[in-house]
Amino acid sequence: MLRVDVSKQLGEFAIEAAFASEGRVTGLFGASGAGKTSLINMIAGLLRPDRGIIAIDGETLDDTADGVHIPAHRRRIGYVFQDARLFPHLDIRQNLDYGRRMNRLAEDPAQHARVTDLLDIGHLLDRRPGRLSGGERQRVALGRALLAQPRLLLLDEPMGSLDEERKVEILPYLVRLRDEANVPMVYVSHDSGEMRQLATQVVMLRRGRVIAFGGPEMLPGTASPA
Amino acid sequence: MFELSPTEWTAIQLSLRVAAVATLVATPLGIALAWLLARRDFWGKSLVDALVHLPLVLPPVVTGYLLLLTFGRRGVIGAWLADHFGIVFAFRWTGAALACGIMSFPLLVRPIRLSIEAVDRRLEQAAATLGASPWRVFLTITLPLALPGVLAGMVLGFAKAIGEFGATITFVSNIPGETQTISSAIYSLIQTPDGDAAALRLVVVSIVIALAALVGSEWFARRATKRLHGN
Repeated sequence: MLRVDVSKQLGEFAIEAAFASEGRVTGLFGASGAGKTSLINMIAGLLRPDRGIIAIDGETLDDTADGVHIPAHRRRIGYVFQDARLFPHLDIRQNLDYGRRMNRLAEDPAQHARVTDLLDIGHLLDRRPGRLSGGERQRVALGRALLAQPRLLLLDEPMGSLDEERKVEILPYLVRLRDEANVPMVYVSHDSGEMRQLATQVVMLRRGRVIAFGGPEMLPGTASPA
Repeated sequence: MFELSPTEWTAIQLSLRVAAVATLVATPLGIALAWLLARRDFWGKSLVDALVHLPLVLPPVVTGYLLLLTFGRRGVIGAWLADHFGIVFAFRWTGAALACGIMSFPLLVRPIRLSIEAVDRRLEQAAATLGASPWRVFLTITLPLALPGVLAGMVLGFAKAIGEFGATITFVSNIPGETQTISSAIYSLIQTPDGDAAALRLVVVSIVIALAALVGSEWFARRATKRLHGN
């Protein structure tokens, strides 16, 4: 269970958002500029709220009233960025292993094999990120986040920088991830089609505020036949 | 003609030792300071920045004299170090290394700072979300990605330290075998009636060292860049 109730002033732009979600995939839906990325940056601990509470499974990550702010590296929250952000000086194997090393987790070849199979990246292990296509990079970024064994996975428009063809290539992996990886996710997107396919609950944002919360059937365009 | 005398050899070896020690001691400090200047905002930052660059714009004699006042036998820090730790800088090769280290510091810090500033902070954020503490982010992401700049800074600093003259001769004088580096040896030889040939030999040696440093740094930088962005 993820509980968010925060406000944050970013220049002229104000975020004032509260929601609590239990679903496997919580979708944060809204146009660009609605504050989606700032909101998950706060959940990740990369951005500090001016006021409010962020809690996950009863553990408080931020509570401005008590001065609680757990730094990003202690949150165990995975983050897949729109632009993959693979480490250019490490090969794919080392990129995938990074989170395990930093969290001092024991090696788990079975888990490693499961994730590389799930994402179909086993054949890329010895390559450098520079040699990968956009879709491959994004799959490696997903694997890297998963192998750090997060308790929550944040996905910020993971298909946003890909063209239509690549999106079609990635989407099935995301669906498999949702159904098999057993990690709750927060999925950010402005694409209602993507949202419908992935989200189990949707938080609709507009200009920094939550305007609706509910199932994916409330997304625009759902009623009309495909 | 190219027979180096023992005095000349001593000066060459001393120069290499002084410059190497100065560079090796200054590098970790330079990296720390470069990181602070590149990544942190703190009160008095522009003052620190100005202090680092001061040896670049001050007359070297002034820097040498200030060193003599502070690190000399009767200087504030010098006397304390000598009394408590038996460390003496004045008129010793260690003093030459100190002078060279300070004179070359701005040249060492600058490329490191620029290369740290060029490291994509979004990669550092990604590392944090994967569980890396700030210190480990620095060691596993920032520093390796800034490595070409670190190497460039070290080579520039080393080359400057080899050639340093004004501050060194003011602070630790020109004692053969103790503080007489290539530069001060050349200076002495030019003033000696028959010193021209020896001076020329040392001139050739310093050109060779400088060229080797430049070629070496170019090679290192290219290798490091290839390794970092290499495919």
